[in-house]
Amino acid sequence: MSNFETIIGLEVHVELKTNSKIFCGCSTDFGAPPNSHTCPICLGHPGVLPVLNKQAVEFSMRAAMALNCEINREQYFDRKNYFYPDNPKAYQISQLDKPIGEHGWIEIDVNGEKKKIGITRLHLEEDAGKLTHAADGSSLVDLNRQGTPLMEIVSEPDIRTPEEAYAYLEKLKAIIQYTGVSDCKMEEGSLRCDANISIRPVGQKEFGTKTELKNLNSFAFVQKGLEYEEKRQEEEILNGGEILQETRRFDEKSNKTILMRVKEGSDDYRYFPDPDLVQLSVSEEWIERVRAEIPELPDARKERYVSEFGLPAYDAGVLTASIKMADFFEKGIQEKADPKMLSNWLMGEVSAYLNNASREIDETPLTPGNLAKMIKLIEDGTISSKIAKKVFKEMIENGGDPQTIVKEKGLVQISDEGAIREFVVAVLDRNPQSIEDFKNGKDKAIGFLVGQVMKETKGKANPPLVNKLIAEELKNR
Amino acid sequence: MSLLEKKVSELHDLLHKKEINVTDLVDASYDRISQVEGKVQAFLSLNEEHARRMAKELDDVLAGYPGERILAGLPIALKDNISTKGLRTTSGSKILDNFNPIYDATVANRLYEAGAITIGKLNMDEFAMGSSNENSGFHVTKNPWNTEYVPGGSSGGSAASVAASEVLFSLGSDTGGSIRQPAAYCGVVGLKPTYGLVSRFGLIAFASSLDQIGPITHTVEDNAYLLQAIAGHDPMDSTSANVEIPDYLSSLTGDIKGLRIAVPKEYLAEGVDPEVKEKVLEALNVLEAQGASWEEVSLPHSKYALATYYLLSSSEASANLSRFDGVRYGVRSDNAENLLQLYKNSRSEGFGDEVKRRIMLGTFALSSGYYDAYYKKAQKVRTLIKNDFEQVFNDFDVIIGPTTPTTAFKIGEKTNDPLTMYANDILTIPVNLAGVPAISVPCGFSNGLPVGLQIIGKHFDERTIYRVASVFEQATEHHKAKPQL
Repeated sequence: MSNFETIIGLEVHVELKTNSKIFCGCSTDFGAPPNSHTCPICLGHPGVLPVLNKQAVEFSMRAAMALNCEINREQYFDRKNYFYPDNPKAYQISQLDKPIGEHGWIEIDVNGEKKKIGITRLHLEEDAGKLTHAADGSSLVDLNRQGTPLMEIVSEPDIRTPEEAYAYLEKLKAIIQYTGVSDCKMEEGSLRCDANISIRPVGQKEFGTKTELKNLNSFAFVQKGLEYEEKRQEEEILNGGEILQETRRFDEKSNKTILMRVKEGSDDYRYFPDPDLVQLSVSEEWIERVRAEIPELPDARKERYVSEFGLPAYDAGVLTASIKMADFFEKGIQEKADPKMLSNWLMGEVSAYLNNASREIDETPLTPGNLAKMIKLIEDGTISSKIAKKVFKEMIENGGDPQTIVKEKGLVQISDEGAIREFVVAVLDRNPQSIEDFKNGKDKAIGFLVGQVMKETKGKANPPLVNKLIAEELKNR
Repeated sequence: MSLLEKKVSELHDLLHKKEINVTDLVDASYDRISQVEGKVQAFLSLNEEHARRMAKELDDVLAGYPGERILAGLPIALKDNISTKGLRTTSGSKILDNFNPIYDATVANRLYEAGAITIGKLNMDEFAMGSSNENSGFHVTKNPWNTEYVPGGSSGGSAASVAASEVLFSLGSDTGGSIRQPAAYCGVVGLKPTYGLVSRFGLIAFASSLDQIGPITHTVEDNAYLLQAIAGHDPMDSTSANVEIPDYLSSLTGDIKGLRIAVPKEYLAEGVDPEVKEKVLEALNVLEAQGASWEEVSLPHSKYALATYYLLSSSEASANLSRFDGVRYGVRSDNAENLLQLYKNSRSEGFGDEVKRRIMLGTFALSSGYYDAYYKKAQKVRTLIKNDFEQVFNDFDVIIGPTTPTTAFKIGEKTNDPLTMYANDILTIPVNLAGVPAISVPCGFSNGLPVGLQIIGKHFDERTIYRVASVFEQATEHHKAKPQL
C-alpha cells in the first residue's frame, strides 16, 4: 500500500460535427486533400472577420447540459495569442472568463463503486491546423482542420487512479456521443486528451507539482501513461528527487513517459475579448430549447434496460456504453428479438467480431432485423446455436437475411426422427468398439457417437434428438 | 473646370445625357494623375488596365447610360488597407509589399455593384498608424495646398488624391481621426460613420473596436451619395449593425432652424491654435445665422481619451498584426534558419518603427500582471467617455468643434516626437471611443492651409450631420477653393 495519493485532472478536446467551421462556411469533413477546405477567413488573410456558427454554440450547450454544467447567460470570446504555423491568425479564438458551461459533473463506476467527477468548465474554441514534419526537415501546413469547432472539457482534480481516469473518459465519450454533437473518434482526432498528474503524501492538503502528459492516443494509453507516471513520481520523491513542472510524452512502444520540456512559469497568452465578435447572450428560452434536444443519456438507458428488459446491470452497462450498440439493441427489440438472447449475442459474438475487425457495428452489413430473425430461428429450432454461428458469420461479413442463408447453404436443422435414426444406426454399425465401451460403463463413448452423427449430418442434426436416439438405439444392441 | 472637380450629380447627368462617357472620366483621372502625382504622391498602386477595360465595358454594354446607379462610371480610389482581389494591397507596409489579395472587401464589392471604377490604391501610414503619412513604408504623400506640408493621416493619400482632383472621391478608414484629420488638412469633406454602419470585412484591421471605413469627397452631397452606396448590414461582419439605412440625400433639406449645437470647452482650450479657434467661432456664427443656437458644454473625460485610445488601439493591434509572420503571405525574411528566426526576422525587417512601437505597447498592456491596470482600466474609461457624449446628446443635436488643434505641419517637423504627433488626434479620438459619427468640412484657411470643422452626431444619426454640414457648405465658399499644383 502506497503512502502517496494520486491526483489526476483531464483536459479533453472534442470536435463538434457541425456542417461548417465555427467562424466561416468551410466544410469540417475529415480526410479531404490538404488545404482544400479553406477560405480567406480560416486562412487568416488580412481583413477577414469571424462570424460565429450558431450550431456550434447549440451543440456545445447541449454537451454542457448533458455534463450537468450551468450555462453562462452572458458569454464572450477571447483571443489567445501565440505564434505557430498551425495558427494562421497567431491567435486562437477561445473562451476564458465566460465559457459555455461551468460546474458540471459526471458519475463513473469503477469496480461497482460509484463516484462523481467534477467538470470545471466546458468552453468553445476553434481548432488549429495540422503540421506534418517531412523527412527533409521541412514542415507542411494543412489548414483544413483550422476553425473546426472544438470543445475543451476540463475536469476537476477529482480523479484518484488511472483506472478512474479511464472510466471518466469512457463515460464522457459515451455521454457526448449520445448527445450527437461529436463522433469522438480518437483515431481521427475528434477526441483528444491531455492528462495532469501529481502525487502527495496521504493526508497532505496541498497538491504536489504536476506533470502534463501528451500524445495519449487511446484511453488505454491514458491509463498506461498515468500508471507509469504515478510510479515514476513516487520513485523520484522516495529517492530524494523533486518533481518538476514538465510536459511529458507517452511513448507507445516502451509504455513510458518521456520528457518533452520543463515549464518555467506559466505561458502568457495575453487573453483579451475579441473585438470582432459581439457578446453572446443566452436566453432562458434558448437554453430550454437546447435542453429539449438532449436525448436519453447512458445512465438512464442502462436503468431502463434493467427495469424494462430484465437485463443484469453489468450487461446493461456494456450495451449502453456505446450509443451505436445501444441503438442496435433497441432496434433488435423492436424486431421482436428476445432481449436476453439479443444482449448475449451483442456482448458475445458481435463484440468479439467488432473488436477483432476494429470496426463499429454500423460499419458492418449486419442489421438489427436480421439478427433478430436469426435469434428467432434458434428459438424455434430451425437452426442450432452452433449453426447460428455460421449464419452469423455470413451475416456480419456479407449481410443477408438469415432464412435465405440457411436455405441456400442447406443449414436447416434436421429434426425428423426417422432421418436422424438412419444416421444413428449407420454410425453405431460402424463403431462396435464404442458400443462395447459404453456397455462397459464408459459414458464418454456417447459423446464420440454424437460427434460422429453430427459430422455425418454436417452439423445439421438437432443435438438433443441425436442424444435421445443414440440412447434408444444403444438399448437395442 | 476639370471633370473631376464636378459634383457626383453633375457627372451623372452628363453621362445620362451622353455628353461624356465613362472612358472620358477614367482618362481625366489618369491624365490628372500623370500631371500632378509626381508632386502629390498619393498613390501606391494604379489599376489602369482594369479601370480602362471596365470603363469600356460600361460604355459598350450600357452605351454610356448609367441608369439608376448614381455612382456608375465615376472614378474612385481606395485606401490601401481595403482588400481588393488581385490588386496589390499593402496597408502601407513593406511586409505586404508583394501582397495581392484573394478576395474583395465588402465595400469594394458594393462599389463594384454601384458601377464605380477603382482607379488605384492610396498611400497611408503603415497599418493606419500615424497622422502624417510619414509612417508609410513606401513614400510620403504631400499636401496639395503646400507640398512641403503633410497631408495628414493615416488616410493621407485618400484626402490628398481628392484635394488634387486625381479622383472624384475616395474611401479612407478612421480609427482615431484618420479620415477627418487628413480631410481637414487637405480641405475636403471626410466622414467617419457610426461604428457598425459600414462593414469592416476586408479592411485590414488596426484596432477592430474603433476602425470604420468612410467617404472622402469634395462636397457634403457627394459624401452622402458615397455613404449611401457602402453603408448597411453585412452578414460577414458580426459588428456590423442590422439597422435600416435611411436616405441620406433627403436629409439635405437646407433647414437647421432650432438646431441645438453643443460646443465642448475642452475642444477650444489651450493647445488649439488661435486662428483655428477663430475659424470655428466664425462657423458657429454662420450656423447661428441659419437658425441654430449653440452653448458651451463639457466632455469632462476628454483629457483621458488619448491615453485610453493608445492603450486599447495598441492592444488590439498587437493581436491583429500578429498574422503577418512571413509564413503564408507577404514578405518573408531570407535570413532565417529556423521558425523563430523566420518570425523575428520577417517582422523586424517588414514592420516600420511606429508599428513596432505600438505592437510593443499593446503587448505590454495585455501582459499578465498589467492587463488589469492598463487594458481593463482603459475599457472602463472608454465607457466614461461614451457616457460624456450621451449626456450631451440628451440636450443637443450635434457637437461642434475643430477637427484638429492646428493646420497641417511641415514634413519632418514632428517625426522625432511621437507624443506631439499623437496629440494631433486629441479632438478626433474621443469620437472613435464613443463610436459616434463625425464629419470634417472645410471652414477656411490659416496661412494658406485649410482648417476643418468637426460636426459630431448621435449614433446612426449621419442624417443630421449631413444636414448641418450641407447648410454650412451652402452658406460659405470654402469648399470651392482648389489647390494650385
